[in-house]
Amino acid sequence: MTEPLPTIVLIGHGMVGQRYLEALAERGVTATHRITVLCEEPRPAYDRVHLTSYFSGSTAEDLSMTPAGFMEEHGIALHLDDPAEHIDRAARRVTSRSGQVFPYDVLVLATGSYPFVPPVPGKDAPGCFVYRTIEDLLAIEEYAKDRGSGAVVGGGLLGLEAAGALQGLGLATRIVEFAPRLMPVQVDEGGGAALLRTIESMGLTVHTGVGTQEVVTGEDGHVSGMRLSDGSTVDTDLVVFSAGVRPRDQLARDCGLDVGERGGIAVDARCRTSDAHVYAIGECALAVDGRVYGLVAPGYEMAETAADDLLGREKEFTGADLSTKLKLLGVDVASFGDAHGATPDSLDVVWSDSRSGVYKKLVVSPDGVLLGGVLVGDADSYGLLRPLTGSVPPVAPEQLVLPAGVGAPVALGPSALPDHAVICSCHNVTKKAIAACDTLAEVKKCTKAGTGCGSCVKVIGQLLPAATDKGLCGCFPFTRAELYEIVRTRRLTSYEEILDGHGRPEARGGDGCEVCKPTVGSIIASLAPTLGASGYVLDGEQAALQDTNDHFLANMQRNGSYSVVPRIPGGEITPDKLIVIGEVARDFGLYTKITGGQRIDLFGASVDQLPRIWARLVDAGFESGHAYGKALRTVKSCVGQTWCRYGVQDSVRMAIDLELRYRGLRAPHKLKSAVSGCARECAEAQSKDFGVIATASGWNLYVGGNGGATPRHADLLAQDLSDAELVRLIDRFLMFYIRTADRLERTSTWLERLEGGLDHLRDVVVHDSLGLCAELEALMADHVAHYRDEWAETLQDPERLRRFVSFVNAPGAPDPTVKFVPERDQVKPDLAVLTIGGPVR
Amino acid sequence: MTVELQVAQGWLTVCELSSLIPGRGVAALLPDGSQAAVFVDRAGRPYAIGNQDPFTGAHVLSRGLVGTAGGRPFVASPLLKQRFDLESGRCLDDEETVVRTYPVRTAVTS
Ligand SMILES: Cc1cc2nc3c(=O)[nH]c(=O)nc-3n(C[C@H](O)[C@H](O)[C@H](O)COP(=O)(O)OP(=O)(O)OC[C@H]3O[C@@H](n4cnc5c(N)ncnc54)[C@H](O)[C@@H]3O)c2cc1C
Ligand code: SF4
Ligand code: FES
Repeated sequence: MTEPLPTIVLIGHGMVGQRYLEALAERGVTATHRITVLCEEPRPAYDRVHLTSYFSGSTAEDLSMTPAGFMEEHGIALHLDDPAEHIDRAARRVTSRSGQVFPYDVLVLATGSYPFVPPVPGKDAPGCFVYRTIEDLLAIEEYAKDRGSGAVVGGGLLGLEAAGALQGLGLATRIVEFAPRLMPVQVDEGGGAALLRTIESMGLTVHTGVGTQEVVTGEDGHVSGMRLSDGSTVDTDLVVFSAGVRPRDQLARDCGLDVGERGGIAVDARCRTSDAHVYAIGECALAVDGRVYGLVAPGYEMAETAADDLLGREKEFTGADLSTKLKLLGVDVASFGDAHGATPDSLDVVWSDSRSGVYKKLVVSPDGVLLGGVLVGDADSYGLLRPLTGSVPPVAPEQLVLPAGVGAPVALGPSALPDHAVICSCHNVTKKAIAACDTLAEVKKCTKAGTGCGSCVKVIGQLLPAATDKGLCGCFPFTRAELYEIVRTRRLTSYEEILDGHGRPEARGGDGCEVCKPTVGSIIASLAPTLGASGYVLDGEQAALQDTNDHFLANMQRNGSYSVVPRIPGGEITPDKLIVIGEVARDFGLYTKITGGQRIDLFGASVDQLPRIWARLVDAGFESGHAYGKALRTVKSCVGQTWCRYGVQDSVRMAIDLELRYRGLRAPHKLKSAVSGCARECAEAQSKDFGVIATASGWNLYVGGNGGATPRHADLLAQDLSDAELVRLIDRFLMFYIRTADRLERTSTWLERLEGGLDHLRDVVVHDSLGLCAELEALMADHVAHYRDEWAETLQDPERLRRFVSFVNAPGAPDPTVKFVPERDQVKPDLAVLTIGGPVR
Repeated sequence: MTVELQVAQGWLTVCELSSLIPGRGVAALLPDGSQAAVFVDRAGRPYAIGNQDPFTGAHVLSRGLVGTAGGRPFVASPLLKQRFDLESGRCLDDEETVVRTYPVRTAVTS
């Protein structure tokens, strides 16, 4: 008989709870124990630290912290929406709200904290919120619709974040803080003053040194304003309380575990409570140093400590630092170590520039050890300074705070850090561990560094081996984006000129290669009207640059035959046109297939048949579908409002308009798009490079999605756009992508690589932060105005048509090696089955 | 100027040099029914190799892109992109694979 496995019950599936499960899995404990998790929220653990990013387009899924399949793989039973209600320590059982009873050998409490709401009259009125869970955000977002103003009670880290979120929802926002400055816990007076200026310059109203006396309600009982301790009253439509958090220790209190005077489940250095069978970790725990930590890094360390203790390993949690970096867009604030100079005899080194709102303070001991600091307005050096805390910096402290150029001769780089310096405090990863990796992806995978708050990512980047040659290929030392700029600014239209003038010395005068030729061809083609080059891709020297597919305006298939793909914008086609396609296919013996992009592909044409086939298609009103080029393929659509009972906009018309606008646009990679008529998403717009989904009040634009080998859901770039706004944003997005992406880089990888990611993209194309938008729009306008159908032009030019022969010395003869055999009433290539990769003997 | 290729029967005229685009190729049908891919590089020098791509079996090398690697001209197959040295026929991406080459010259049209 086998013994039943010992059972661990975890209460609370927040950030720390999930980290504890991972720590168990890493130590093999999941194989030797049964593990049950009780989770109060309706969803598994998610990234609370980045909660606010939900308002800038992240979805609940993006925030998830639970790797897909993790629970199943490790045999962990997760009970969502079923909080623990009662602990019976004598019988070692937990009862949940649904009435289930869970016996345990080890119990772990990771219940986090709850937002503290000061007991002011009116605090429960509709319109009052707290800021802790995804559900809180959803409720705030819903309530904020059609409302104009909001107020945040509390000017700490979280309050500022909540205020940023309210402003992002379009509310006129004020912050009410009881203390005499913002972020009183993290920054000192000077820092608070600099912070205040920056926040006010962002358009927020700040009241410091006043308390909230009452939430005032209107006739309908909803929030209408607040009365403050200075006697004034301010109007506001909603109130978010962010006045601190309190540990959730009620369960522990009820079952008689020791708790601190001011709350928190008391634990020892191994995170054990007063009952040896029960641990407490994260924000609900009162650590041995008498503190309740409201940050994620110490919580993670407690999770590791508790997991180690289970295995009898020595690890102690005796305290952690309170370093933080504010993630609010536009405000750079960080504090670390002994920010307030509480250490006896400590000295301050301060740099303050009130014009630019920069305030930097370092706290050092008399013998030069860096103890901590505050950075406001420019927190770039945070990633470097924090790991230096506790050691004597290699340069004088004033050089660390002075701006570059002002008596700061040596820039301190991460190379100055000792090997044991902790670079990522969320996951306690040292410089040495990071230096053992080659790429950021590897660092994240092997050490988890950079996957917490993210403030260390910049320094990690500097520690990795400098990416070697970024050049496009053996011929050019430049990236595609750099080449694009060279071609654009120097108005170059000749490949030879570009290669001889800007290629690597050894490549000049040569023939280039199969990598840079099509790349340059594509750059010239996408800039053609602007450069004054011929827009026709097969003219002159351009012809030699095109990939073979562009060269024949058709896609080469595996036996050397070609496919013919007429454009069917939005997938809408008349019966007459359908019949023409059918007749052409029948007359030339082509295989026909309806594709995923809502077109009809005709396969099996030989080179010499292409002009005759296209002559008939062009006659019937078809255009090239650009199935060959790195260009816009299709804009798929659902039937939309016209036919569908759910539709809220005319998705077909929009899809046709977009497809016709961007047809023929040369890009670093092929582009796909779709338009859905409502949120049911029948056109699968979220798997496209740019996808559009109709809402009752306009269009939502998603970007950076793709199907294919590494599918990625698109990100929401902007909401409720009018027709004109939608088109303008797509114009900008596409041109910005074309300008800055690498060769063969899809929008999805481009977006993931883009520094600053979606936020940066939104800044550039929505808020015009680089002042580029007029230029991007003009480039697109040029493209649209100069579009001509490549096949129609080719057919009119006997010179161009001469290329479409199988043999130069026997123009009439078809290629005898292109053969077909029947299959399912159509044809397929007659080729020996080939092993791809090895030569055919 | 014409481009001529040496086959068993002697020099075979393939086409006018002016009808070749530098950096691109054409296919020629040879008397024995086989096919050659004929190219001209940027400097106007002609090359000829077998037209069949040994990796896929399709007769398509003439439709690849011409480039220079280590100072020598090559063509990249349009299907799976393996590169072949235009002078020796050697595949630059697989040492064991070679395509045949043909002596080729330009001649003044008589
Ligand atoms: C908007 C915001 C921004 C933040 N920014 C930062 C930052 O920049 N840096 C930083 O270090 N920290 C930040 N924090 C704090 C950080 O999120 C917390 O320190 C961290 O989430 C604590 O993890 P935890 O697992 O202890 O608690 P939580 O993540 O709160 O998880 C506790 C979970 O337990 C559940 N629970 C409670 N009682 C029960 C019960 N009886 N049964 C079952 N489940 C229960 C709760 O529903 C919750 O899901 C931020 C927090 C917020 C809200
Ligand atoms: S996405 Fe909406 S409008 Fe379009 S077909 Fe589906 S349900 Fe209808
Ligand atoms: S310091 Fe937070 S992720 Fe590294």
